[in-house]
Amino acid sequence: MHPIVKTVFQRLGLGVVTLFIVSLIIFAAIELLPGDFGQAVLGQAATEETVAAFRRELGLDQPAVWRYVDWIAGVAQGDLGTSFSGRASSGVDRSRPVIDLIAPRLENTLFLAGLTAVVAVPLALFLGISAALYRNSIYDRTVNALTLTTISFPEFFVAYVLILCLTSLWPIFPSLSNISADTEFAERVYRSAMPALTLTLVIVAHMMRMTRAAIINLLASPYIQMARLTGASQREVILKHALPNAWAPIATVIAFNLAYLVVGVVVVEVVFVYPGVGQLMVDAVSSRDIPVVQGCALIFAATYIVLNLVADIVGIVTNPKLLHPK
Amino acid sequence: MTKSDILLDIKGLKIEGWSDEKWHPIIKGVDLTLRRGEVMGLIGESGAGKSTLGLAAMGFTQPGCRITGGQIVFDGVDMTTLSDAQKRRYWGNRMTYVAQSAAASFNPAHRLIDQTVASTVRFGISNEATAKSDARTLYSALNLPHADTIGDRYPHQVSGGQLQRVMTAMAMSPRPDLIIFDEPTTALDVTTQVEVLRAMRKIVEEFNTAAIYITHDLAVVAQMADVIKVLRFGHEVEEADTRTMLAAPKEDYTKSLWSVRALTKPERPVQENILSVRNVSASYGKVPVLHNVSIDVPRGSTVSVVGESGSGKSTVARVITGLLPPQNGQVMFDGDPLPQALKDRTKDHKKRVQMIYQMADTAMNPRQTVREIIGRPLEFYLGLTGRAKDDRVRELLSLIELDDRFIDRLPSELSGGQKQRICIARALAAEPELIICDEVTSALDQIVQEGILKLLMRLQSELNLSYLFITHDISTVRAISDHVVVMQLGRVVEQGTKDSVFQPPHDPYTDLLLSSVPEMDPDWLSNLKLPELT
Repeated sequence: MHPIVKTVFQRLGLGVVTLFIVSLIIFAAIELLPGDFGQAVLGQAATEETVAAFRRELGLDQPAVWRYVDWIAGVAQGDLGTSFSGRASSGVDRSRPVIDLIAPRLENTLFLAGLTAVVAVPLALFLGISAALYRNSIYDRTVNALTLTTISFPEFFVAYVLILCLTSLWPIFPSLSNISADTEFAERVYRSAMPALTLTLVIVAHMMRMTRAAIINLLASPYIQMARLTGASQREVILKHALPNAWAPIATVIAFNLAYLVVGVVVVEVVFVYPGVGQLMVDAVSSRDIPVVQGCALIFAATYIVLNLVADIVGIVTNPKLLHPK
Repeated sequence: MTKSDILLDIKGLKIEGWSDEKWHPIIKGVDLTLRRGEVMGLIGESGAGKSTLGLAAMGFTQPGCRITGGQIVFDGVDMTTLSDAQKRRYWGNRMTYVAQSAAASFNPAHRLIDQTVASTVRFGISNEATAKSDARTLYSALNLPHADTIGDRYPHQVSGGQLQRVMTAMAMSPRPDLIIFDEPTTALDVTTQVEVLRAMRKIVEEFNTAAIYITHDLAVVAQMADVIKVLRFGHEVEEADTRTMLAAPKEDYTKSLWSVRALTKPERPVQENILSVRNVSASYGKVPVLHNVSIDVPRGSTVSVVGESGSGKSTVARVITGLLPPQNGQVMFDGDPLPQALKDRTKDHKKRVQMIYQMADTAMNPRQTVREIIGRPLEFYLGLTGRAKDDRVRELLSLIELDDRFIDRLPSELSGGQKQRICIARALAAEPELIICDEVTSALDQIVQEGILKLLMRLQSELNLSYLFITHDISTVRAISDHVVVMQLGRVVEQGTKDSVFQPPHDPYTDLLLSSVPEMDPDWLSNLKLPELT
């Protein structure tokens, strides 16, 4: 077996272990949340018997260890449990499996993240490489200043500025990203344009600056001087000699930002009323819908782990010392 | 001599470098004339400007340097008047460069053969297939093993000596008029250096290529060059053809370069063993590195451990200092066994054995002053504080021939030789009986080296110190040792008094090691017959 395949399996194994530890932390953290669902739903006036009966229906009267084992065993079989909302005690059983709640929202989130990534990653790479190529020029300074400006403002501010410009002054895009499962693809892209644009402005700076720094960092290497002494032009030096050795740090930053696109964009979702998974989780936290909170948290953790794994693999396959051992 | 004979003509060249917020002169008006097919050796200490001059011969200046005067006329064209884009038409085409550290100068991301032919293909000198097959021919002319396939490897997959030869092939691939060799063998072991020197000389002769060969090693330049130019502080000291220069150097500075190798050591009475390493075997993880090594160090004497990289000589030091506990065997110090691991040793054990390292730069905390660096062991081992500590630091400074002014300096404000002296003072501060010197002079110029070696010898006779001197430099061994231990692949192949090891008959490996050391004789390499190792 090629050593890289082995490494990938090792990392995957470690990822599963990490995910398991994270599940413990999530469960423990939720245990520590004040208040409980029964009280929150039934209100102050509920009698103790009603609350106890409701808790029994939800299984909240079981010891924490049992509930954890029950939950994690379900997760291992792909079952995230059932939401606390709309249970039988409220008359009709309208409760839904957590997975049915999360799946459409997650799909929307991934769509927005994908759309943003398709624009932001190539843009950041292009800006970073060209800034390194024309280092210290007016172009370089302008790009640096602009990206720094956009990253320095809070997301909601960037969002409102964009709404002002692109929906009020020059109405090009809709200000509400009202999408559902049967919205057509082109229409989806059009309606998601505003949040995607906002997120692009927020994440491009970080990736662009890392790309530029990783390349410039290598320009002092002896092999870069050697490349110049064989008559390579500046463009060739950057693209052929510096960039291939700079992928590992760039990939790490890209992975970090992509993970942010999945797990950290709730503010932008709220501004554009985008039905993403971030809003779902915030709602679930405020209504103490524990199975949904746990499900979201676990998916977020898995996103980080998988994207970092991908970044690690990129780091390995672009490093000849690891790819072609002695 | 007709005009077209002259390939490179540098006149009154001046170069400045930017540091400490101002421009400093590096090259202060140097003339250089090189004919087609001629090899010129440029020698001098570090800071003499030889590398800067070598690069300038290509019209190249490093970032932070600028040419402020003079001409660099290559084949009728003044390089100083060309734009970068115009100069790139020459680099990698009619003039090529061989760097000091081949390991750092190859791009780790590309295969060797692609890098070898890159400029040849770029300038359309030949197409890729032809260039690659020519590269394989060059590899085999340079005695590279597996010449047909070695180019398919990545730089980290071949050894330093092989990389240096691949780089020579890369420099030769476009069939340039001029090659600049910038200390190409300095980083190599002595036995590898011979191979590389031979290969380079053969190929330069074969294609009648002109070359500038930069080095600080006189014996090496004597093998390579037709003419030698000596540089110091950015000025030319003198220039003459190689034989004249070796036989009768005119200037005092050149003579002082020549005399470094004449250092000798008076014999000392033999005393009892302060250290004996008995039948030690050790390994890094599962990789065995030392096999049954035994070494004795008599009190007040210098025992040199010589060998190539990978011979295990530094590992011996790690075992003695307790950094690497051995699997078998014992280290006896002053008649008693030393605990194997560092954590089991008492303060007194540690105090009696001190170490000095190759890179004085990295062995000192850059944010501590000389006072703190030397004061630390005084406080830790001897409990000195305040006034008493300060006085002792000053005493130690005078012992290593530096005056009080240095006491508040940071390492960055010291020269390489001064840094190494501070490291020696730090070792002495603990009042040790044995000092392990790990390649302490390898990173220094010859003249500075001589100063450090003389200092170490003086301290030895004044303080009755014992040294375990680890080095790969045979001339240093000749200069300072009483006993010599020759190591190869983790084993001691020969040991004894200096005279008995250096007089024939030798062990075959010792023979190879000794005969690989270049001598100050221009015919040495041509007449050399290396012993075959079985």
